[in-house]
Amino acid sequence: MMRALLLSAAALIAAPVAAQDVAITNARLVIGDGSAPIEGGTVVVRGGKIVAAGAGVAVPAGIERVDAGGHWVTPGIVAAFSRVGLVEVDAVQGSNDRSARRSRFSAGIDIAPALNPMGSPVAVNRAAGVTRAIVAPGDSSGLFAGQGAVVDLGDDNDMVTRPRALQFIEFGEGGSSNAGGSRAATFLMFREQLLAARSYARNPATLAEWGSDALIQRADADALVRVINGTTPLFVRVDRAADILNVLKLKGEFPALKLVLVGATEGWLVAREIAAAKVPVLVSPLSDLPASFERLGATQSNAGRLEAAGVDVSVGVFDDDDAHKMGYTTQYAGNLVALTKLPGASGLSWDQAFAAITSAPARAVGMDGTIGSLRAGRVGDVVIWDNDPLELGSRPTAVWIDGKRQSLVTRQDRLRDRYATPQEGALPKAYDR
Amino acid sequence: MIRGVKGSLLAAVSLAFAGCAASGTSAQSAGDKPAASAEKPVKFNKDPYPSTYHAYAGRPTAVRGVTIFDGEGGRIDNGVALFADGKVVSIGGPDTAIPAGYDVVDGTGKYLTPGVIDIHSHLGVYPSPSVDAHSDGNEATSPTTPEVWAEHSVWPQDPGFSRALANGGVTSLQILPGSANLIGGRSVVLKNVPARTVQGMKFPGAPYGMKMACGENPKRVYGSKGRMPSTRMGNFAVDRATWAKAAAYKKKLDEGKPVDRDLAMETLAGVLSGEILVQNHCYRADEMAQVIDMSHEFGYKVSAFHHAVEAYKIADVLAKEGICAAIWADWWGFKMEAYDSVPENIALVYKAGACTIVHSDDENQIQRLNQEAAKGLAAGRRMGMQISDEQAWTWLSYNPAKALGIADKTGSLKPGKMADVVLWNGNPFSVYTRPEKVWIDGALMFDATDPKRRPVSDFELGQPGEGDVK
Repeated sequence: MMRALLLSAAALIAAPVAAQDVAITNARLVIGDGSAPIEGGTVVVRGGKIVAAGAGVAVPAGIERVDAGGHWVTPGIVAAFSRVGLVEVDAVQGSNDRSARRSRFSAGIDIAPALNPMGSPVAVNRAAGVTRAIVAPGDSSGLFAGQGAVVDLGDDNDMVTRPRALQFIEFGEGGSSNAGGSRAATFLMFREQLLAARSYARNPATLAEWGSDALIQRADADALVRVINGTTPLFVRVDRAADILNVLKLKGEFPALKLVLVGATEGWLVAREIAAAKVPVLVSPLSDLPASFERLGATQSNAGRLEAAGVDVSVGVFDDDDAHKMGYTTQYAGNLVALTKLPGASGLSWDQAFAAITSAPARAVGMDGTIGSLRAGRVGDVVIWDNDPLELGSRPTAVWIDGKRQSLVTRQDRLRDRYATPQEGALPKAYDR
Repeated sequence: MIRGVKGSLLAAVSLAFAGCAASGTSAQSAGDKPAASAEKPVKFNKDPYPSTYHAYAGRPTAVRGVTIFDGEGGRIDNGVALFADGKVVSIGGPDTAIPAGYDVVDGTGKYLTPGVIDIHSHLGVYPSPSVDAHSDGNEATSPTTPEVWAEHSVWPQDPGFSRALANGGVTSLQILPGSANLIGGRSVVLKNVPARTVQGMKFPGAPYGMKMACGENPKRVYGSKGRMPSTRMGNFAVDRATWAKAAAYKKKLDEGKPVDRDLAMETLAGVLSGEILVQNHCYRADEMAQVIDMSHEFGYKVSAFHHAVEAYKIADVLAKEGICAAIWADWWGFKMEAYDSVPENIALVYKAGACTIVHSDDENQIQRLNQEAAKGLAAGRRMGMQISDEQAWTWLSYNPAKALGIADKTGSLKPGKMADVVLWNGNPFSVYTRPEKVWIDGALMFDATDPKRRPVSDFELGQPGEGDVK
């Protein structure tokens, strides 16, 4: 029994492989920066990085060549806002590190040690073509949720691409419940905590002087100092149009804040103001119901209207399962393309939609020089698809992360194969693997 | 993330019951008087909240040059569909004559299907906005509440109905109580036509359903209250004790003996007599197998297992028993009993010959059940299965109609059936496709090209985005 378990575990986990130099040729090539697909394109990866991608790119001698056979080749999908790696089974508490509601810390929490690269959600999302994710913590006991990370979904032991890549906070209904019961309290608490962190930065002794009256712990103060000075982007969940405007005003008092709006369900009502503030927005684009009084204006046309107003829009999957179903990212992006055919609706062109799930989230988190496209110098995250990647039936046939060819076999595949015929055979199913 | 948690709870708790106008028992108002003193066998009114739904006016309509999926696995390319007086008149090839007086819609490059039927929805009982005041889907005060009826919770102003219509082409749906309880109560089947009252939406002649739930939810909800059931064996013990009581009650009824009126027992007796269809939330294969034995033990039939994440493990058993499996394409991992989900579940169940249904349990996914079916179809094809688009459409209309007991009225484009029809602006299994027109009983209830054919609920009137494309 134990031996069987060990064997099956070994079969599931591919040994880490070194980065290979590879040239993928004969591709319908998507760079991911919003430009149109290139027929007959080539992408060259060396030392784990993109060296060149485009038409007429020379293949260096002696390098492995993969003929894409005219299929779509794209950068890996970047999940714009997720909990990939923090959760195995939501309702199994021990396997769910999304939130820390009884912690005495808030902004100081750093999710990196909680990430599990071996978890089956990482493999399932990778097999859907997702190679990177922006991962944010859920709730803490305080106003700030803590520091998220940018991760890769490779089948190796280290998934952190950039730790402490963002700080997360909720305004609106979620924030007010954390701050004591009203939006007014949220804004006051936000301001007071940042001011406390600023005092601490100028004179660390102040924290000790405050003693038990301190609004934040030392670790929280350290994290908030990086938010105040713009080192760490502040991802803000906010939905109501009026709340969005108030959040944008925070830059008046804290001008170095690097704001990123998450959700922004009513963003289209204040699209001009968001564009003028040059604040990127991550949307879960198919939310179209007035799920609460801060989302009365919800519409699938939000993303299209924001884009048309000049807002830098990324498309994510987070008003849904945000740990297991990052594969929905392509489906959601495809739906935005569908809207361009619908009278009165606003959507995204295919090229815009694909950029919204690759280079745009990379830019929002300040990493577009590193991830999210096939431009030279970016990480070697490349996917070959069997068809249009935004179409429902499409799947990756090959995935590289940091130039390493990835296993696409999941636990779900093993279950499927075992029960391809449901009846027991000569031996019970438990022997069938 | 918030939705994941909510979804898992709802997944655990869904079952409701629909209107029961179909039963032949004579209706006699029971009033408030106890029936025990009656000398004669008491006949209770089985339809005290009757449907007042009526079809809206439609025009005789011909859609031509269109690709037709008939809902029962048939396909006509470059076809003609005719409907009039609320009913399907005929479907046929390009040579089909279009009678005088018909409005003609050019369907070139488009697809025509029966309306989508969602067998598992909580619209109205968990409506938008999802505020506590609207949380009416689980009577989580007792593990068995067969006496509650979902229709008494449905808020007809839920904006979710209009989204399901306009974005999802949903023309009928079953509203179920949640899955906190082993026996959650009666469901109601609705036509997706806005009305002032629930009665105005009730599908005429649809049998009632009764929601049951296996597994994690009931034992968690009641175990956490320190009462039975707190285990799966507790789940079965409470179920069996309830069925035993119901069998005794029904025996008295059948023998014409006087009984105290008992609303819970009336529902259960309705199940045992086959008038009320069991809609059973159940994820795990081993639990479904035990429920099947329980149904044999007490002499009832499970119409469909909902959220049957592990149906693929016992697809042969489901086929043999004639029980439908209502499935998501790829929901997984939100709770332990959803851990063994595989994307091929839909296709594996279909290939085993079992009745396969794609359901939503969700106010968002109900807007794109066609897309969910497309994912399941693609997963099956990747395994090498030969499944046509038109066969896959049975998962969205005919099979759910069958499991709801309304397949003689809707669910396919056979002549004489309700003209519940969707014209899609492309192949409905493509992500780039949306409904262009939706007819219910032959009346045009949604038209993407006409903002006046877009319902706006009372709740959304005068709010930001009123009448928006959504």
